[in-house]
Amino acid sequence: MASETIAITGTAEIGRPISERLHDWIVTVDHKKLGILYIVYSLIFLVIGGVEATIIRVQLIVPHNQFVSPQVFNRMMTMHGTTMIFFVAMPILFGFGTYLIPLMIGARDMAFPRLNAFSFWMTAFGGLLLYFSFVGGNGLYGAGNAPDVGWWAYAPLTSRAFSVGHSTDFWTLALLVSGVGSIGTAVNFITTILCMRCPGMTLGKMPLLAWLNLVMGGMVILAVSPLTAAQAMLCIDRYLGGHFFDTQAGGSAVLWMHFFWIFGHPEVYVLIIPAFAFLSEIVPVFSRKPIFGYPVMVAATVCIGFVSLSVWAHHMFTVGMNSYANSFFTITTMAVGVPTGIKIFNWLGTMWGGKIHFRTPMLFCIGFLFQFLIAGLTGIMLGASPFNWQLSGSYFVVAHFHYVIVGGILFALFGAFYYWFPKMSGRMYDEVLGKCHFWLFLIGFHMTFDFMHIPGILGMPRRIYTYEPGRGWEIWNLIVTIGVVFQAAGVLVFVVNLLWSLFKGEPAGNDPWDAWTLEWSTTSPPPDYNFATIPVVHSRRPLWDLKHPEDPDWKYE
Amino acid sequence: MSKIAGIGVLIAGFLLAARLCFGGPADPSQIPSIFRPQSTPADSIFRLSMVVLTITGAIFAVVFCLLVYAISKYRRRGDDDGREPPQVYGSNQVEIAWIVIPVLIVLVLFLVTARVIHSIQDAPQPPGAIEVVAIGHQFWWEFRYPALGVVTANELHVPVSNPSHPTPTFMTLSSADTDHSFWVPRLAGKTDLIPNRINHMWIEPHETGVYLGQCAQYCGTQHAKMLLRVYVDSPEQFDRWVQEEKKPAVLNGSAEQGRQVFETTACVNCHAISGTVADGRFGPDLTHLMSRDTIASGAAPNTPEQLKLWIRNPDAIKPGSLMPAMQLSEKDLDALTTYLETLR
Amino acid sequence: MSAAVVAPTRTEPEWILPSRGRVGMISLIVAECAIFTIFVVAYIFYIGKSLSGPMPKDVLEIPIFNTICLLSSSLTIHLAVRALRSARVNAFGLWWFVTMVLGTIFLVGTGREWQHLIFEKGLTVSTNLFGTTYYSLVGLHAFHVTVGLIGIVLAMIFTLLGKVEPVHGERVEVFSMYWHFVDAVWVVVFTVVYIIGR
Repeated sequence: MASETIAITGTAEIGRPISERLHDWIVTVDHKKLGILYIVYSLIFLVIGGVEATIIRVQLIVPHNQFVSPQVFNRMMTMHGTTMIFFVAMPILFGFGTYLIPLMIGARDMAFPRLNAFSFWMTAFGGLLLYFSFVGGNGLYGAGNAPDVGWWAYAPLTSRAFSVGHSTDFWTLALLVSGVGSIGTAVNFITTILCMRCPGMTLGKMPLLAWLNLVMGGMVILAVSPLTAAQAMLCIDRYLGGHFFDTQAGGSAVLWMHFFWIFGHPEVYVLIIPAFAFLSEIVPVFSRKPIFGYPVMVAATVCIGFVSLSVWAHHMFTVGMNSYANSFFTITTMAVGVPTGIKIFNWLGTMWGGKIHFRTPMLFCIGFLFQFLIAGLTGIMLGASPFNWQLSGSYFVVAHFHYVIVGGILFALFGAFYYWFPKMSGRMYDEVLGKCHFWLFLIGFHMTFDFMHIPGILGMPRRIYTYEPGRGWEIWNLIVTIGVVFQAAGVLVFVVNLLWSLFKGEPAGNDPWDAWTLEWSTTSPPPDYNFATIPVVHSRRPLWDLKHPEDPDWKYE
Repeated sequence: MSKIAGIGVLIAGFLLAARLCFGGPADPSQIPSIFRPQSTPADSIFRLSMVVLTITGAIFAVVFCLLVYAISKYRRRGDDDGREPPQVYGSNQVEIAWIVIPVLIVLVLFLVTARVIHSIQDAPQPPGAIEVVAIGHQFWWEFRYPALGVVTANELHVPVSNPSHPTPTFMTLSSADTDHSFWVPRLAGKTDLIPNRINHMWIEPHETGVYLGQCAQYCGTQHAKMLLRVYVDSPEQFDRWVQEEKKPAVLNGSAEQGRQVFETTACVNCHAISGTVADGRFGPDLTHLMSRDTIASGAAPNTPEQLKLWIRNPDAIKPGSLMPAMQLSEKDLDALTTYLETLR
Repeated sequence: MSAAVVAPTRTEPEWILPSRGRVGMISLIVAECAIFTIFVVAYIFYIGKSLSGPMPKDVLEIPIFNTICLLSSSLTIHLAVRALRSARVNAFGLWWFVTMVLGTIFLVGTGREWQHLIFEKGLTVSTNLFGTTYYSLVGLHAFHVTVGLIGIVLAMIFTLLGKVEPVHGERVEVFSMYWHFVDAVWVVVFTVVYIIGR
């Protein structure tokens, strides 16, 4: 294959001073380096967010615990949520997309490489700004403190009257800045996917990862913008004396909720759709079959994209909307479960009749399938408005969304890590350590998040720094906290595996998985220019066509 | 195999959990489980939740079994010949089936749910209903009974409702500061208290007793200790309670010194005691403080020691609450507490 | 050898994809529309809800002249782009200059309107809900006009330095899409603030 004939052997790399190599990384506009920067950045914040979660769980291990004060707890719960959504989940998914999309569509880079770099640095700066709040939150004279208003920052708790000092402003500005980065990345994704596909790769022939990131990009530009607008309004309230959310002046607290959730709900689909993309690439390869029902998968995703813009007020069922509004949001919420369920069935259909290889990426994907099924079903429960009146604001909801984000998205991310790590680094990870990570994390995940549903059913609200004994909550909180140990152990094994394999892993070769999409036709890691000559494709699996010239895909679809 | 064993452990855990949800070894009346309703709206929600759980449970069982079957039957065997399996790209019939069936399920679920939404939210208020206005504060609950002339805090008294002559309690909710949420799981789903907005909810308890709940919308530092106690009284007990609450404060001559302390310090800025000059609205009404089982919105039992501690150093009980440490001398503190102890 | 099998009997159709500049600008415009929608929704929601202070009908005067200038600038920028595409660089420069002037008149007019509202009518962003939503919405739009005007001025400078050529037609056209968007938003803002809201 011509794309690998002039491989950079790396001899030119040795001997370059570290300062020069560091400078390369800082000024790079290469999508592969930026992708890795996003991923490494997110992993660091994953650990920090995990520490915050651990502090929360230690405080809640027994009732009336005094591990941290209520003020510190409230900052931990705010920062944990904000960090995980904006500085772990979003950047890491953007990172994988940035790395993979040009390679998978046969392009040399993204449509706007400098915008790509700008977007990354905006996101990175946003995270640093948020964490600076620990030091600078109260201005120069007070000890700093981080925002403590919850990651949704409901009004009027965020007004100057109830949020003294600048901690809330750090929340607002950090997210405004990183929001600009997100919109930039989304514009880049959309433009790259629509305008830079290699010859022959019509929209119907591009990998599902490209399709799903296209839909995700569309959702980001429609959803993150309302958050930006709402935060601008909050700044106007806090600094220019505005009254957008000032209930004393006739303003509406519910208006903030609408604006926030018009962002907040599509946001979670922005997070899950790239996870779906990973599943759609990994499950076929490890089942040795093409994805079942490609057109339906595309249609379902587009459907999810549109319908998810209409469900936001299911986060507001308790706010006192009338019965017609509650009914409307009930049906849209349940409706969005249909295309989502269809995807699970299609992955099942992909595995059906195949030959499943239980390598680490596939283990994580199988975990995803079971867990996302459960998460989706608890979501349907929460979508039934009266049931929601009991379950919302409780640990049942916390369990539900962690099931989606950890049991779904994080599992899919781990799968993606193990799957594409050989391509990005040129080395294989250690399979034994990988499986060890999977089992440890699986046990910890289920210990924590299965049993977390129960205190919610027993009446335990969320965002409380302590709870009363004698309500039947103690045993469940204990089990939930113990599960953290296993998850931490799993993540530790993961980090060790990554680092060790980076330096000592077996050379991976171009195509360790015998896969079918274009990224596996380059060297591992790919050269700066990706492809020596731009490929021409005729089907959804160009490498299958090459490996099976007697039975190419383009004969069938 | 170890996966199956692990699944078995989880199922056992869930069964244990279910047992506990429905009332386990802890004093069952103190467990605010949504699955042990004792009031009409909570009953409706419980019945709906059983339907939803049955349907979602069935979906789970079917898909779970299919997934387990797929990963075991189609795993690559040790003696695999390395050939690729038949490359199947899709099937229109199968796709249609698994689109149509979920749509029908969603339709059924929605219709069942919509009925319950309307039956709870659009329920008419019967003539015998008790009316309560609840106003949320950081971090306590204000309860007013406008028709009965009663003002109290944190502990809500309502009469039990007899189906032949219903006396539900219809509540109007709002807030003086940030968002709060009234959640007593065994009596009803939660409804938020939002400033500059009036919300409505109702409860119709079937059995007397004390029902526990707490604020369910993050409202600031002491959100966790904005606890709720709802006392469902027999009709006679409720009438007696109302009669006592309507009375102005007890005037006990032996506590005159304490009353002086109260009325000449900042206490009157925040608290009201009817029949005296104290008419503050920022904090709870103290006219019948001693009729309550707890203080500080449930954060501490209502005993003289706790009361003294609360006045001396609120942060010891509820750090971050808006009650200031009153900086009184021990003598004044004693007198004040003695006075407050007379406010039955 | 290329990286895919090319069946010898098949002729490859011409591979044309949309231009990056256009798709990128459209995506940006969609994002901006979403932002403006939120401010417009807030404005409409708060119509009539101010608890005090000057009401719209007391203080607002319909900015007809400003509007005519801004909307005409859409026409003139379109003419400028057409001129550049047909290699008439001088005509381009002229129409571009007129666009710049019209945009500047709009901004100056907005500034004067605000000066009148603040100093003579006592309406500021903190006066009441109307003040907050009015200045935010009109201000957000004016901010976008300003950004566009900076771009126009830059291009004007390049034109005067003789650096703009017909080959830049695509780039200028993509920029003009932004300007048309700004004008379209003004139609909405104008309708909501000066017609519906009064």
